[in-house]
Amino acid sequence: MLDQFDIALDPMFPPVDRGRLISALSEVLPAGALVTKTEGMRVYESDGLAAYRGLPAVVALPRDTGEVRAVLRTCARLGVPVVARGAGTGLSGGALPSPGCVLLSLSRMSRILAIDPDARTARVQPGVRNLAISEAAAPYGLFYAPDPSSQLACSIGGNVAENAGGVHCLKYGLTVHNLQALEIMTLEGEGLTLGGEALDAPGFDLMALMTGSEGLLAVVTEVTVRLLPSPSHAQVMLAAFADVRQAGEAVAAIIAAGIIPAGLEMMDRLALTAAEEHTHAGYPTDAAAILLCELDGAEDDIAEELERVAAICEAAGAVQVRVARDESERQLFWAGRKGAFPAMGRLAPDYYCIDGTIPRRRLPDVLEAIGRLSEEHGLAVANVFHAGDGNLHPLILYDANEDGGIERAEALGGKILELCVAMGGTITGEHGVGREKINQMCAQFGSAEIETFFAIKAAFDPAGLLNPGKAIPTPARCVEHGAMHVHAGKAPFAHLDRF
Amino acid sequence: MPTSTASEIRDFADELADRVRAASAARTPLRIVGGDTKAFYGRAVGGERLDVSGYAGVVDYEPSELVITTRAGTRIKEIEALLARQNQRLAFEPPVLGSDSTLGGVVAAGLAGPRRPFAGAVRDSVLGVTVLGGKGEALRFGGTVFKNVAGFDGFRLMAGALGCLGVLLEVSLRVAPIPASELSRSFDLSWPAAQAWITTLMRRPLPLSGVAHDGERLHLRLSGPSAAVAAAAAEFGGEETPAVFWEDLRHRRTGSLGAPRLWRLSVPRTAALNDLPGPAIRDWGGAEIWLDSDAPAERIRTFAAEAGGHATLYRGAGPGEAVFSPLPPGLFALHKRLKAAFDPAGVFNPGRMYEGL
Ligand SMILES: Cc1cc2nc3c(=O)[nH]c(=O)nc-3n(C[C@H](O)[C@H](O)[C@H](O)COP(=O)(O)OP(=O)(O)OC[C@H]3O[C@@H](n4cnc5c(N)ncnc54)[C@H](O)[C@@H]3O)c2cc1C
Repeated sequence: MLDQFDIALDPMFPPVDRGRLISALSEVLPAGALVTKTEGMRVYESDGLAAYRGLPAVVALPRDTGEVRAVLRTCARLGVPVVARGAGTGLSGGALPSPGCVLLSLSRMSRILAIDPDARTARVQPGVRNLAISEAAAPYGLFYAPDPSSQLACSIGGNVAENAGGVHCLKYGLTVHNLQALEIMTLEGEGLTLGGEALDAPGFDLMALMTGSEGLLAVVTEVTVRLLPSPSHAQVMLAAFADVRQAGEAVAAIIAAGIIPAGLEMMDRLALTAAEEHTHAGYPTDAAAILLCELDGAEDDIAEELERVAAICEAAGAVQVRVARDESERQLFWAGRKGAFPAMGRLAPDYYCIDGTIPRRRLPDVLEAIGRLSEEHGLAVANVFHAGDGNLHPLILYDANEDGGIERAEALGGKILELCVAMGGTITGEHGVGREKINQMCAQFGSAEIETFFAIKAAFDPAGLLNPGKAIPTPARCVEHGAMHVHAGKAPFAHLDRF
Repeated sequence: MPTSTASEIRDFADELADRVRAASAARTPLRIVGGDTKAFYGRAVGGERLDVSGYAGVVDYEPSELVITTRAGTRIKEIEALLARQNQRLAFEPPVLGSDSTLGGVVAAGLAGPRRPFAGAVRDSVLGVTVLGGKGEALRFGGTVFKNVAGFDGFRLMAGALGCLGVLLEVSLRVAPIPASELSRSFDLSWPAAQAWITTLMRRPLPLSGVAHDGERLHLRLSGPSAAVAAAAAEFGGEETPAVFWEDLRHRRTGSLGAPRLWRLSVPRTAALNDLPGPAIRDWGGAEIWLDSDAPAERIRTFAAEAGGHATLYRGAGPGEAVFSPLPPGLFALHKRLKAAFDPAGVFNPGRMYEGL
């Protein structure tokens, strides 16, 4: 399994004596900043992708930027890999400890430093929870738009590292579109400011490059996010379909009509029945699929757009179209969606969440193809996802205690991702490559791009010690994995030399 | 639109790649040119002209996906006309400074119009690029879908990089539907008073899409669904501003925007910058200031920096004069390493952004 790092296929570093590492760190950190006992380190063994496990050499829990610097400088000096960790909700094994690493947990840096309602910004430490920002901004009538379903737990530093998305990203953008400034620290302990107080900064757009870099370039030590005024009204419509294809067609038709909903989510029968049993949101369990379409803005505009969306859904074959009765039913509809992942526990002991994105118009075909793959592999798949963005989340249901259970789930997941690439999409819409999708990177990118990614990494981290073995596959791994670099059946610029 | 055959297009790409390889081998600087309408922007670059404007044409436009992919030499006017026929447009409202202006130049310059604070920067609309790196290899970053976190975001990095990292060959952009309603109003308000009002407006969920001060009057543009736009316009009152005001501002034709030596200050919207050394036009709710001034560069840069921003000598830099605010040493060193990662021989527009980069 991929939680095993391979000396031939992954960047590896000469082992450093653990006792020496611990004493070097103890010298530069206050008491209580290190976890060295195995039992204490267990919670850091894996992130949200619990199937992958590994113990670090030691866990460091800095309280401020100075302590982050102390850890990084020590690791740079000794040649020890560093894996940053926020809340550990990541779903691609990005925060999985690599062999002999220092796991750098930013969870103690969890203070909101300033909210400036006039500038509409919040300056926070990296360990602040996503939802805590919107909660702190709410008294000013403002909110932080990117809202991953994990927003109760996930950290803003982790959001930046993954370029996290959420239900509201269709209208309000991803993490990268809602950042104002970042403080980062390189492995050598150098602090840099990216972005700033103005809407742009001179030089290359390094803030954009840093966003989604999965802890490979630098450690995020402070984040200034942009806040938006909360919309005056919001309403959600639930449309039920007897056929998954029709729901997919309705999604494409809504966007094609020039409507940008605040959220447009889809659940298929398996997902919506589990969610219904879990949350009692009032979903029609006899439907093959439902769409939740949220519209926000002025009341009259919402009413008009709801009518248009209803007409589009009905034209696509919706058997039922319902607008939430009141605010509490609206909240309930969304509670069902947000609780859909945990609800999977009712269907199977384990689930494996896939995260490809495809062009919206391919939704009907891809959903059908996933259904076929699911039958071929003998594993049930529930779909609950950000349909408006074409960002799929097939949840593969399996039993980790069964022999070969996870391997079978991984095999099916790999097939689904390759399907996404073939359809002109991508292997990851928001969860990141991490450790999990490192082999599929070879399907999406050629050796020239991968070489450039390593060159970018080396520009920030010449020693290559930050989160090694994640996000970018070594050329050796791509050779071993044997993946062909193909886009929709043909390599782009296939006739040009590739290095 | 130039109708080139597939093989002509391929030959052109091959030729560009050969030129890049040859230039890298000989360490000959290349001055990358699209429509050459923004030659004034950035420091002067010597070297051989690499004209990309012939590499033109729409690769794919799927209105229902809100995505267009075109070759970098495609004229921006043609792209905008094509989008308009489908009731769509570019969210970032780029300045178009001549009919030959190409998409590649627009993306490389990274300049956006009045809608920037409300609809995002150029890089926020870029979904993917194909660029030639310094070894003449075609690199494809990003793609054609909005949500995509595979690999580092080499595509967003190209926006505003002034061609210093590669030769743009193809760009995929997210486009926006044209909203149902658009209205503009203007008010007889001097700057500090206007700024206070803007601050309260920006805290409300209003359908603003332009907030500019021309030195005498405040102009507000509202775009969005009809009811929200009508309600805001009714609340604000004011006089009607003709749509051409925004067109002129966007294309840098308003009043002092034609000044031979023109500064662009990018500052926090809430900064108190009241005693500017020259006539100013403020866009982006005050976050972008166009300043017509002969004051010493040092003074203007310090002024912007003290307000929390930076200053660009947008037009009229003398030979060898700096255009962009200097970067702190650590950040500049990182820029040089990144440049070398894409362009090891340093042939792409060397010095256009900074001396030594
Ligand atoms: C139930 C559930 C629902 C989810 N829903 C969504 C969703 O809707 N949208 C979405 O985008 N994601 C979703 N996720 C995935 C996950 O929550 C996000 O990826 C989130 O951004 C991870 O944040 P974290 O703080 O938990 O990061 P971690 O898991 O701790 O780390 C993630 C990555 O970021 C790096 N990292 C963390 N902090 C820093 C830092 N300060 N500096 C540098 N690198 C750092 C780590 O090295 C790692 O590579 C979901 C997860 C779960 C469990």
